[in-house]
Formats: sequence, C-alpha cells, structure tokens
Amino acid sequence: MGDSLGKFIKTLQLDTRLLGMIGAFLLIAVIFNVATGGTFLTPRNIFNLTLQTASVAIMATGMVFVIVTRNIDLSIGSIVGVIGMVMGLVQAFWLPEIVDFGSPVIVVVTVICGIGLGILIGGLQGWMIGYLMIPSFIVTLGGLLIWRGAAWWVTRGTTVSPLDPNFVMLGGASGTIGVTASWALAIVGSLATVWFLMSSRRQQASHGIAVKPVWAEVVLGSILVGSIAGITAIINAYEVPVRVLQRRFERAGLEMPEGYTEAYGFPISVLIVIAIAIVMTIVARKTRFGRYVFAMGGNPDAAELSGINTRLLTVKVFALMGGLAGIAAVVASARLASAGNDLGTLDELRVIAAAVIGGTALAGGVGTIYGAILGAFIMQSLVSGMGMVGVDAPFQNIIVGAVLILAVWVDIIYRRRTGEA
Amino acid sequence: MTTPLLEMRNISIHFGGIKAVDDVSIDLMPGEVVGLLGHNGAGKSTLIKILAGAYKKDSGEIYVDGKKVDIRSPADARKYNIETIYQTLALSDNLDAASNLFLGREITTKFGLVDDTKMEAESRKIMARLNPNFKRFSEPVRSLSGGQRQSVAIARAVYFNARILIMDEPTAALGVHETAMVADLIKELKAQGLGIFLISHDTREMMELCDRVSVMKNGQLVSTERVEDVTEDDVLSMIIMGKKPGEKEDA
Repeated sequence: MGDSLGKFIKTLQLDTRLLGMIGAFLLIAVIFNVATGGTFLTPRNIFNLTLQTASVAIMATGMVFVIVTRNIDLSIGSIVGVIGMVMGLVQAFWLPEIVDFGSPVIVVVTVICGIGLGILIGGLQGWMIGYLMIPSFIVTLGGLLIWRGAAWWVTRGTTVSPLDPNFVMLGGASGTIGVTASWALAIVGSLATVWFLMSSRRQQASHGIAVKPVWAEVVLGSILVGSIAGITAIINAYEVPVRVLQRRFERAGLEMPEGYTEAYGFPISVLIVIAIAIVMTIVARKTRFGRYVFAMGGNPDAAELSGINTRLLTVKVFALMGGLAGIAAVVASARLASAGNDLGTLDELRVIAAAVIGGTALAGGVGTIYGAILGAFIMQSLVSGMGMVGVDAPFQNIIVGAVLILAVWVDIIYRRRTGEA
Repeated sequence: MTTPLLEMRNISIHFGGIKAVDDVSIDLMPGEVVGLLGHNGAGKSTLIKILAGAYKKDSGEIYVDGKKVDIRSPADARKYNIETIYQTLALSDNLDAASNLFLGREITTKFGLVDDTKMEAESRKIMARLNPNFKRFSEPVRSLSGGQRQSVAIARAVYFNARILIMDEPTAALGVHETAMVADLIKELKAQGLGIFLISHDTREMMELCDRVSVMKNGQLVSTERVEDVTEDDVLSMIIMGKKPGEKEDA
C-alpha cells in the first residue's frame, strides 16, 4: 500500500515536501476545528485568516530570494512601518490639497509612492551589502532600528487615520469582488492551469523528453482545478452579515428585500497575494534573474566565474524585497484603515519563519515561493487558532517558537533522508 | 611560423606584498596541450585565473590570434572563447546539469524566459557525445559523482565552442576509469584544434598528454620545454630546484 502510494506520487512528479506541508496544515486546521467546536473551519474564519496572512505572505516570497542568496533581512517590519506612515501622510495630508477627496488619483499615487520608497530603501541596503560588503545581518539590523525610528519621526509618533476609502479597499473586508467575479476568476484560473499543463507537456514531447502518462496529467489537473473550485466555493460561502446589509440599504434609502443575501467573494488583498505568488514563481523558475539568484545561493564563486554580477544581483534582490515590503505595507495599513508607527512590528520574524517553515534553507540555494506562502498560512493558522481556543498570549509565543524549531528539525531530517545535503 | 592561438607576455600580479605571478610569458598553439607544473603556491592557478578573467593583472599583455585583448571579467574571457574548468568544479550544486551547463548564457524563449526544455534537450545532445552514460539530467548536480560533475563542466566548455581551454586539475577528484575518459577527451579536443592549458600535479600524466610543459616556482617561470626533450626526472628537478635541465650540470 505504502509502496504503491509512493509510486503514484512519483508518477505525478509531486513534491513530497509540499505534500508534507499541506498535510501539516490540514492537521493543524482539523485540530483547531475540533478544539473550537467547528468554528475554525467556517467560511468566515477562513476568509479572515486569508486577510490576516496577506501581508506576511507577500513579503515571504521576497524573503525566499534573500535567504536563497545566503542573506537575511531583519529590517522589513520597520520598512513596512515607515512606508505605512509615509503613505498615510501622502493620502491623508498631501494629496487632498491637490486633488478632490475620494479621487482615484489618491490611491494610485499613494501606492506608487509606497512601492517606490520600498525599492529605494531595499536597494540602498542591498548596495551596502553587495558593494560595501557589510554583512546583511548587520545592515538590516541597523535598518530595523533606523526605519522604525524614521516611522516614528515622520509623524512625531501620531497615528494617521482614517485613510482614503479607496485605499482601505486594498486590505480589508470592504474591498471584495463579489460572487460572480470570484467564480469568473476561478474559471480563468482553471483554464490557465489546464493550458499550462498541456503546453509544457507538448513542449517536452517536442524535444523528445519523457512525459508523464496521460492519466497522471489528468489526475494532477483535476486536483489543481478542484482546489481552485473548492477554495472559491468556501470564500463565496461567507455571506455579509444581515446587519451590515440592512445598514447599507438604509443608507441608500431603500427597503431591504426579504431573504436578501450577499457574499463577499475574494478580497482584493488575497488576489494581490495570488498575483504576487504567480509572478514570483515565474521570476524564480523562468527568468535569468531567478536562475542567477539560485546559482549564487548554491555556489557564489561558481556564479561569479560564470560571468554573473553577484554584487548587482544582491542589490536587485534587496530592492525586490523592499518593493514587496511596500506592497505589504499597503495591504497591512489598508486592513487596519490606519497607519500607526508600530505597523509591521515583528513582521520580519514572522516572514523569516514563514520562509523557513516553507522549506527555504538558511544555508542558501534552496527554497520555493509556494512553500513560503504555505508557511505563512501555517504560522497564521497557529496564531489565530490558539487565540480562538483561548491560549494565553505568552503560551502562544512559546508554542509558535517551538513549532518553528520543530519544523526546521523535521526538514533537516527530510533532507538527510533524501540526500539533499 | 604560425601565429600562436594565445600569448601571455610579461604577466605580473601581486597580492599585498607578495608577487604571485612575476613577469611570466607563455604561449599556446592551436591543437597543442601545454602543461603548467609547479608546487602549490607556485602561481599556476593565479596565472590561468588572469586568463579566465577572475583576477585582473597588474601588468603584461594578452594576445589572442596575435591581436591584443583586454580581459577584465569572466564574461570577457568567454567572449574570446576562453573556457575554464576549475579545480573546484565551479558548479552550483543545487541546480541541475542543464542549468549549470548554460549558467550565464541561458537559452531564452521569445518572451525572454529561460527555456529549460530546450536547454535540457541541448544538454542531452552534447552529453551523448562526451559521456553517453550520463542520464541524470533533472537532478541537482550535488547528487552526481565526481566524474559526472566533471563531464558537466567539460560539456559547458565544449558546447560554447571553446578555442582555448583551461583545465585546472581536471582529474584530481576522479577515479581511474574517469581519469582515462578525461584523457581521451583531451586528445579528442586537441585533434579538433583547440589549445589546452592543463594544470596537474601528476607529472607522468602530464608527460603523456602534453606537447610542452611550463614549470613555475615562486611566481616565476622556470622554463618551458618540449616533452620529448626532457625526462620526467628533469621536470621534477625543475619543479623542486627551480632550475632548467641544462643548468643541472653546472650545479
């Protein structure tokens, strides 16, 4: 039985580490579901879980590149803080003097400022690491203090609130796309998945490289499409509470029809996470930049002797990390509808933990984008699950810390078994 | 006399106060194998790293086909079809054979993305020629044997039409059978007209494979001799004493 399952997995060319992580994730979910008497796996909680995970998941994809190149970034939580504050000022104080309140220009300019500032800060730190040869641990440890201090200094410690209503849609439950659009996206995603499987098969065959049996492709495709449909169905099952709907109708001066219901659909922030996951996966596996990131992580000397400019590559990796911190700052401050100077505090540790739980090796050279995102969800499920069960805050930290160490230990054993060094 | 494929004239480089390479001149003809011999720290590896673009020389000139060239980076060296196989096997252990073979020179699709399928197919073609037993194309090279890794490194040089091939201890990590395979390959590449610099500690192997040997000691060139003009003992005494065969009688 075990043997035939192994053969099945091998024929499908599935990543056993990924399967292990999904298994761990499901196990955590089921345990909390039992412990909370069935509330953990409700559509409402899953919906909230995805919102809470978004900003850490976004940054975890960039952290994979940072760690793969044998670096670390301890400054991203503080970068989120300073970018959140600057974006708060831009949208609440500076832009309203130039354009009308509620104008879409505000959100566009604010987001561009945030991402741009992130790229600048990350690029500056990357330059110090790549060209001045200061260890990334030190540069970003300094950055952790500098940018948190800067966040405080920008507004003298006051919180900017409320934020622009269009901006807030990028992070919270107010920005969802509804049921129809969610299903439409799910269909587009499924078609793209099937097309991708078919075209890569055709390409391999055209070069005479052995392909999987057709049934394996069909099983794999069915699992993927089934997952997309399942997640969409769960998210679409979370309905807007009746009170909220009533208030909305009252504000419009209308009577709410009897039995009227409406569901949220996918939040915009979750779509941002999905888009970033896809783009970052392509960057990691299908671009020269991504290839060089992994080559440098595997053997920096070999990369250099192959003509790769590893210094400039380091700058690019940290600039990318900074840009992603900018996007994370958008999502995080939008979710809270305010920009406080403590925004993003301790995020660097959550992000590093997510990447490491997701199989990114601190020795460099190894890591996946999907692993990091799954790692972020595992961390967040653990934290919010314990909160729901009523575990005291100090115990929550103790457990999260222990799980991090355990996960890495299991990973080390796994690598030793599979001979992955 | 034909123009040398490569000439390095009066090359010097120092690290701190130490002259690692001191006014060394060597040359290489098409279809010729020149061995570089010397103790550890004699300057052989430093000299060829200058040619490969990994180090920048302090002074001296390099000529390819009689034309002066400026080599400042590994990319420059590749431009002149100078390929290097390093002692340390400069491979990224976490990448597969095809990714290593094409590292820095990936084949891309019309959208600018790396074309792994095409690169794997090309790798299979070149490997079928160099090492027909090589089958593990999709595994990270860390799981390969020393000989298999060596064939990836050699395939990289051959695929990109190396004219000048630098081999730094190509057989140091290999077993008997694999060493013989590399020796055959060197003969084949030589027959195709490549110029090869070979670095090795194995004097006997060098006498067998090389046309000429250049011996270095303490950063300086002791002498360059045709292998048929010297015995293995002569070469050993040049390595140890730093003296040319002719000088031996005077001493």
